[in-house]
Amino acid sequence: MTTATQPQAEENLAAKLPPDTLQQWLRDMLLIREFEVRTMQAYQDRKIGGFCHVYIGQEAVAVGCTAAVEHKDPIITAYRDHGHALARGMDPRYAMAEMYGKIGGCAKGKGGSMHLFDKPNNMFGGHGIVGAQCPLGTGLAFATKYEDEVMKGGTNTRVTLCFLGDGALNQGAFHEAMNLAGILDLPIIFICENNGYSMGTAISRGTTMGHNITSKAAGYGMESAIIDGMDIFTVYNGMKPLVDRCRDTSRPIFVDMRTYRYKGHSMSDPRKYRTKEEEQQYESNDVIDKLANWLMQEGHLTEDAYDKLVKEIRKEVRASMKWADNSPEPDIKELYTDVFVEEWGPFLGTSPPQIVKDAEGAGNDEDDDETREDDDD
Amino acid sequence: MANLTLVQAINLALIQEMEADDRVMLLGEDVGPNGGVFRVTDGLHARFGGDRVVDTPLAESGIIGTAIGLAMNGLRPIPEIQFEGFLGPAYDQLTTHAARMRTRTRGAFTVPMVVRVPIGGGIHAPELHSDSPEAIYAHHPGLKVVMPASPYDAKGLLISAIRDPDPVMYFEPKRIYRAFREEVPEDEYTIPIGEARVVSEGDELTIVTWGAPVVQCMKAIENSEKSIELIDLRTIYPVDIDTIEESVKKTGRCVIVHEAPKTCGFGAEIATSIMERCFLHLEAPVQRVTGFDTVMPYYKLELEYLPETERISRAIEEVVAY
Ligand SMILES: Cc1ncc(C[n+]2csc(CCOP(=O)(O)OP(=O)(O)O)c2C)c(N)n1
Ligand SMILES: [Mg+2]
Repeated sequence: MTTATQPQAEENLAAKLPPDTLQQWLRDMLLIREFEVRTMQAYQDRKIGGFCHVYIGQEAVAVGCTAAVEHKDPIITAYRDHGHALARGMDPRYAMAEMYGKIGGCAKGKGGSMHLFDKPNNMFGGHGIVGAQCPLGTGLAFATKYEDEVMKGGTNTRVTLCFLGDGALNQGAFHEAMNLAGILDLPIIFICENNGYSMGTAISRGTTMGHNITSKAAGYGMESAIIDGMDIFTVYNGMKPLVDRCRDTSRPIFVDMRTYRYKGHSMSDPRKYRTKEEEQQYESNDVIDKLANWLMQEGHLTEDAYDKLVKEIRKEVRASMKWADNSPEPDIKELYTDVFVEEWGPFLGTSPPQIVKDAEGAGNDEDDDETREDDDD
Repeated sequence: MANLTLVQAINLALIQEMEADDRVMLLGEDVGPNGGVFRVTDGLHARFGGDRVVDTPLAESGIIGTAIGLAMNGLRPIPEIQFEGFLGPAYDQLTTHAARMRTRTRGAFTVPMVVRVPIGGGIHAPELHSDSPEAIYAHHPGLKVVMPASPYDAKGLLISAIRDPDPVMYFEPKRIYRAFREEVPEDEYTIPIGEARVVSEGDELTIVTWGAPVVQCMKAIENSEKSIELIDLRTIYPVDIDTIEESVKKTGRCVIVHEAPKTCGFGAEIATSIMERCFLHLEAPVQRVTGFDTVMPYYKLELEYLPETERISRAIEEVVAY
């Protein structure tokens, strides 16, 4: 028996949402796109170090999926995490400063691109080891269910979204996480962002049943769905009923989210493993254009308003870069902070990053003062 | 002779051993047409084909476990793990199977496998791409652990490792993959596992190091007026303690340099062995210049973390002045 569904002509739930919701989606996708374009430039300019994996092309997935859940629902992902963090509402300043290696970054500039954590927004990272975030997702879902049902004696109220790349399908951790979620009846949706490649390996070369990965879920008795991730309508329309069902039944679900990354795996990928035509095919049918066109057709967006929006976002991202530029570099003593909670031996205790302090209202609202070092405890 | 980088020397050794012995085969993530993340296996797929240069799924536990099976059943697999930080999923296979198979089967089955792994910091990589876990593997009896610091040694050590009947962790310091070139003989030659190299002789102080910091130590020695003996371990385990002993008995002073965190780093093992063997010859306490007991930081603080020349120079002065 397989519970996999082919892409279906679902009810067009998205089209029934208020236009300003869809305008917000457009804004979120544009923000991610612009952020990533600037990220690539900053990487070339050597303002960003480490390795850097951009999300361009997959914007509809992060935005559409987070739109289908509530803010209280935890999300977790792998290292290609900029899109999820921004879609979840991370201020781009913290994300940019993190990649610039500055103290104002969401991980105090000590991590970089794969370290986008946003506790106030229930975004649990950003994790570098492929597949290893999947059991964490299972644990996040276990925790919400435990709290709701065991500690509060009620019923499940939250759904965890655990994103993974198609490469993660081949890791043992993914399979252990799926089995655990199944056996424990956990409210989690594993969303495989199936962009067809893990680094230079096409899914057909790395994954058995790569053409039909929902068969993996069948092996765990799990409901599954195939969703077209290159259109925010199909993402939302596909995800919303799954999220509702997952919340109601507290049963895990697996999604084969078909998507495409327009750029290379990382910044130094010559992309010899695929053709220019293939890239062109996706890029010419761009996810952002699709939504913008729809909004225009429906009379919810004018060319002028669109241009204005694009400019506004450009300004916002540029401001985030300036903020990141002005944020100080971590002091050398930061090597010894945040390792343990206590101060002992060489260790200097810990303190929350700016992003957490600001959310708690402890931060200073003045832009230029916000980069102040948090050495006060 | 050819003037080669460390990467090229490894590539050459792989070609020659694969030509000489068709039991030798490679497997790993994108090691085929792509040539691996650091292009170490560049050209090998074209030369030997996909049956001997095998692209694998993204699955470290599977790669190493499969390589162990291949080795137990007569082949000479050389799996590649892309970065030392991804050894985690494979750790179980390495330590519960590879390291113990000879002992567990009382010699009936062995694991002649070479695990190639880029190691260490200095290339502006993020967390999990810059660590130095050599001591962790040296702590598991049954695994040999080597780390070349020059193109010449890289080739000779790799050939020894491939021909060795037991599993060898072959760590490649990624910081010096292409940092300099060296004359490397075309013909095959071996460098015995377990033999350190005396890089420069001296009689006032001994420096013991391995991997990329060899370069930093050479700079520190150049900047110093003291007569310093530099030992590049080349093999972490089994360690060539005799060479260290001989040197420290001569100099009476020793500085140990490594990238890994200080606590339980391999330097602790060497310092203790020196104490056991050279106690009455010591003129000063042994000093360690190492990474810190914390996670390798993002690139802005990377050079603060690594044992750079300045810190080594300071240690030299202190130990000599003691
Ligand atoms: C355990 C582990 N092995 C290898 C890597 C190196 N690596 C980073 S990303 C990647 C490809 C992952 O592809 P996929 O899961 O499809 O995600 P995508 O890049 O397409 O978003 C690899 C091999 C890693 N980070 N962790
Ligand atoms: Mg992928």
